[in-house]
Amino acid sequence: MARWLAGRIAQALLTAVIAVVLMFFLMRAAPGDPLARLSEDRQLSPEAVAVLRARYDLDVPAGRQFASFVGGLVRGDLGTSISHDRPVTSLLRERLPASLYLGGTVLILTFGLGSWLGALQAIRRGALDRILGAASLTLYAVPSFWLALLLAWLVGVEWRLLPVGGMYDPFLPDDAGAAARLADLARHLVLPAVTLAAVNIAATMRYQRTAMAEALAQPFVGAARARGVGERRVNWRHGWRNALFPVVTLFGLWLPLLVTGSVFVEKIFAWPGLGALAADAVATRDYPLLMGASLLVTLLVVAGTLLADIAYAALDPRVRRP
Amino acid sequence: MNGALPRAGSILGTPSARAGLLAITAILLFGALAPLALPDPAAQPDIVSGALQPPSAAAPFGTDELSRDVLARVAAGARVSLTVAAIAVALAMTLGALIGIVAGYAGGAVDAVLMRIVDGALAVPRLFVLLLLLAAWERMPLVALIGLIGVTGWFGTSRLVRAEVLRLREEGFVHAARALGAGPGRVMFRHLLPNTLGPLLVAATLAVGDVILLEAGLSFLGLGVRPPTPSWGGMIYDGRAVLTVAPWVSIFPGLAIIATVLSVNLLAGGLKAALSPRDA
Amino acid sequence: MTTLLEVKNLRISFPGDAGTRVYPVDGVSFVLERGRTLALVGESGSGKSLTALGMLQLVPAPGRIEPGSVVRLGETDILALKGESLRRIRGRRIAMIFQDPMTSLNPVFTVESQITEVVHAHFDVSRGEARDRAAALLEEVGIPDPLARLKAYPHQLSGGMRQRVMIAIALAGQPEVLIADEPTTALDVTVQAQILEVLDGLRESHGMAVLLITHDLGIVAGRADRVAVMYAGQIVESAPTASLFARPSHPYTQGLFGSVPRLTGALGRLSPIPGNVPPPDAWPSGCRFRTRCPIVHPRSEQAPPLLPVGPDHLIRCWLAEGPE
Repeated sequence: MARWLAGRIAQALLTAVIAVVLMFFLMRAAPGDPLARLSEDRQLSPEAVAVLRARYDLDVPAGRQFASFVGGLVRGDLGTSISHDRPVTSLLRERLPASLYLGGTVLILTFGLGSWLGALQAIRRGALDRILGAASLTLYAVPSFWLALLLAWLVGVEWRLLPVGGMYDPFLPDDAGAAARLADLARHLVLPAVTLAAVNIAATMRYQRTAMAEALAQPFVGAARARGVGERRVNWRHGWRNALFPVVTLFGLWLPLLVTGSVFVEKIFAWPGLGALAADAVATRDYPLLMGASLLVTLLVVAGTLLADIAYAALDPRVRRP
Repeated sequence: MNGALPRAGSILGTPSARAGLLAITAILLFGALAPLALPDPAAQPDIVSGALQPPSAAAPFGTDELSRDVLARVAAGARVSLTVAAIAVALAMTLGALIGIVAGYAGGAVDAVLMRIVDGALAVPRLFVLLLLLAAWERMPLVALIGLIGVTGWFGTSRLVRAEVLRLREEGFVHAARALGAGPGRVMFRHLLPNTLGPLLVAATLAVGDVILLEAGLSFLGLGVRPPTPSWGGMIYDGRAVLTVAPWVSIFPGLAIIATVLSVNLLAGGLKAALSPRDA
Repeated sequence: MTTLLEVKNLRISFPGDAGTRVYPVDGVSFVLERGRTLALVGESGSGKSLTALGMLQLVPAPGRIEPGSVVRLGETDILALKGESLRRIRGRRIAMIFQDPMTSLNPVFTVESQITEVVHAHFDVSRGEARDRAAALLEEVGIPDPLARLKAYPHQLSGGMRQRVMIAIALAGQPEVLIADEPTTALDVTVQAQILEVLDGLRESHGMAVLLITHDLGIVAGRADRVAVMYAGQIVESAPTASLFARPSHPYTQGLFGSVPRLTGALGRLSPIPGNVPPPDAWPSGCRFRTRCPIVHPRSEQAPPLLPVGPDHLIRCWLAEGPE
């Protein structure tokens, strides 16, 4: 097990390294000049442009640029944001927690609801299966930004059930207790989380349904029933437990989906996370910031996939103790 | 899954596949024929009093802030989105099949290197790759957009094709071809490739749906299809400003996206079922 | 001897083409007696496994048990039970072990938890007590070092051990009847004999009735008290084992014996039965074996009932009335 773990971690590191290298070349290959837009917008003098060029290392040949890029990474220095004029790293650090709250909530929702409904589909079959199947198929086709707008409008504006933007109520009194703060956070979390979770729940449901149907068809399920084990226990303890691991591996698919969706959803709901940061960086052509955000997001995906693999191994004794 | 292409009749096996095929055909026809029956999507007949009209007999999807007919624009957007998706997917599938076959057949170091690179590339969420590429490019032509979307989408396909090739590599017909003197190129393209077309077709169909969503998202951020070319994503973005008073401007393009991606996915499901024959 | 379980006229149907129904189990009857083993022998497609499933109402959808079928355990008509009362029978009064222990054991749970699960399902005991029972059961089926084995997962055990675990699980409910569906088919030959020994010993010590389902005549001799041969959903020959082996009387049974290679005796050609077992939707009318039978009997167009050819020895064949 320890050997397997070491191997898997090494693999993840290698993937991360290759991803970073690829992104560097992407940055170099991107046509156009990051400063062109800026100088357009702000009417910079040629001297100012030269200073900026030097500052952002833009005139230097590829080799040196790569070296300083890697050097910066190792030091934890991702450069300076053009539009915010602050170190990228501090901006990222500032925004990361909000994304983690959102991402964590979406994870729980997706896994809990998606897995449960998918398993239910395979157990009950019939009309419920068809209805849920149609629902998941349709949800999977919904663009997250459109759903975000729709929900923001309907729930936030028309029906005024939940706040439409931000992560907390700016008018919350300073002496509000922890419970009140938590409730406030929760209320702001609902819409973005539901929007992001929708597509992921759909994907999870479809996958889990298949895995569950396969598990229920296994001989040991019938054997358990033949021993007088109750139907509910047969389905959930024997069937579902064996259908869980394929779903865990879904992380590899689902994390990038989450990250991608968050760019739109965070922007629309003004949730102060990494996604909104990236969206803003796009709008202002803030290349160093965009690059930094992309790097962080990639590393999160690699780490998440690794965790998913470990979870898989933890769930399947055949891997854990061969 | 059987690698060879499915017979046309068997694709229509399930009702959902039939529905998908029907729907996508309807959408294609709608996009192609709409200019004949509908007003010019760029026409702005009466900006003052004709703007932001709710759906009516004259304009079934209403009008937007520049009094353009939303239905006409949705139809025009269909042409754009489907064209972009079709070409980008074709590009991605071609690249992916090429790399996948080479990696799978060559094996050894070539395979290892290629697949490590693919792993690394897959780790970066595709949207971010495109953001990095597109953000720096001012006034990107549509052709370039399609090219970039295609070039960022082949990684998963290469893995898929590689898996098929690994499976097929040891089959009798491959040995026979080599015994008859076929070189690697011939084996790969004349013998292996046709047998991967089945799963490739399924993947391509699903990819069309993914690209439509991706392009819509990019257009929403202002990075995809640029105005004045209508695109569903762009229309949703434009409608954002008037969402509270004229929700139809954003709603209908969104529904169009859902309908299209849904039918494409249904079709893909039908193709997949046609490729995996149930045992009697 | 005491009859523990009676199966009478069991018919199981499945949907066929175009709204028709087929009957892969078509009027099967037998009794199981305390301390005795009945072997149900037949090729694949004869309906023997389905019969076993039918006895516990485990027939997979869309199959169903036809009305008129009776499975009576003591005073209880099992086929009339539903829900909780049915669950209480399964594993507790009738237990079943399956062909492939690798796929019939849940791979993610330990041996201990799979045994104690049955104990808890049927008895109200503490966890410690259940665990003790599990250890005792493992010992009874001949597994060495039972306490260590309790913590093992199925994939960590050999085939023979897994099958022993299956038997232990089956015994956990202290059943009166044990159905063994091809218990040795998936095992090595050397292990097969051991498993059969274990089953024999348990049958004696617990006084169970055993239904041994198999396609292998070889394991029947010396193990079963009585044999019933199944073909095309029906029992075609039924006799005490000695009688069957001495005088196989139905042409199908004779064919089965003729097609088994022998280690001893004169060398001769194997004589397999020509053709294949027809599927349920293509059964011949009248005597179902007539298309493959070496003998052409004038009455074979009429379906023969079970007729006696000797003491307690019945065959479903017109030949019982005398050769013609």
